[in-house]
Amino acid sequence: MNDKLKEDFPIDWEDDHFVTRREFFKFLTLASGGVAVGTAALAAYAQIPREEIKFEAAKICSTEDLKPGSALAFSYPRPGDLCILVRKQDGEYVAFKRRCTHLSCPVEYEVKNERELLYCPCHNGAFSLEDGSVVQGPPPHPLPQVKIEVRGSEIWATGAIKGDH
Amino acid sequence: MSERQFYIDPSRCIGCNACVQACAECDTHPGVSMIHLEQVQRADTVQTTPIICMHCDEPACAMVCPADAIKKTPDGVVQSSLKPRCIGCTNCLFACPFGVPKYDVEVDQMMKCDMCYDRTSIGLKPMCATVCPSGALFYGTPEELAAERSGTPINEFIFGNKTITTKVHLMMPQGTKQLTVRPDAVVRRSDLLTAVRQVER
Repeated sequence: MNDKLKEDFPIDWEDDHFVTRREFFKFLTLASGGVAVGTAALAAYAQIPREEIKFEAAKICSTEDLKPGSALAFSYPRPGDLCILVRKQDGEYVAFKRRCTHLSCPVEYEVKNERELLYCPCHNGAFSLEDGSVVQGPPPHPLPQVKIEVRGSEIWATGAIKGDH
Repeated sequence: MSERQFYIDPSRCIGCNACVQACAECDTHPGVSMIHLEQVQRADTVQTTPIICMHCDEPACAMVCPADAIKKTPDGVVQSSLKPRCIGCTNCLFACPFGVPKYDVEVDQMMKCDMCYDRTSIGLKPMCATVCPSGALFYGTPEELAAERSGTPINEFIFGNKTITTKVHLMMPQGTKQLTVRPDAVVRRSDLLTAVRQVER
């Protein structure tokens, strides 16, 4: 009993697990400082511009395959990465990732009320054809854009993808 | 060179109170002195002796503390009570055989001499030993002590059945090995006078 008591309440300073207020606050300061530095580092990392990501250029189709006001599905940069190429009614080509940023349903090219949209049928989401920004529905992020280039009579995806995916 | 030790030589004390004042000037407990300057047999003599903590190897104050507030550092110094733990019960005051701990009512905490731990742990002398003009409080190596004194330092005290060994030494006459404390054996002059009067009647 007495030995147990001495073990639980030792007289020697080193055996005792006494934490002084100063030590405790030192720990708090260092720990919160570490969290602050970590958060700042992550925030700084997130600020680094990642507008364009380089991929190998790939041919999508020839210019004759698409009429104004129509779309074509393709895979880029890997075979499973669904994308959609749209030739707008004014003849301009644009390409986007095809996975809706909400729940990854494939989006479709649609014209509603004379406005061209990338429409997601799953939950009524829609993206602008100008820059991929969300026009309606639940998608939380804009649709990433695929950069394209017209080389002679062929359309190439030049590998740059815009957006936050 | 050996480690510096603390020696008390009561026979050298001149009762100047310098140690008491010096102690109270310490920044860790400003205005509160941890030293008692005791009058020895006040009716018979003007002899005084400074009481500082003896830093027992088995500190009775720490053993009786119900709040686990008194700790001994590895160098053998028994520290003042830990402020967050001390409950001001004064058990230690009653337990200490040397009467060292002091209870401070204002802060509701026991405070005692910790051999100026902030100073001695970095190689400085305790405040009291730096000011003592007569060398009643001496802090130095045994060699330094032997060079200028003739007494024998002892650190073994016998209280009844209990033998207590301490870190601080007490200077005793040459050849003394230990001190047997017998409060009942103290003979006061007043006691003798009373006895004489009774005989006269």
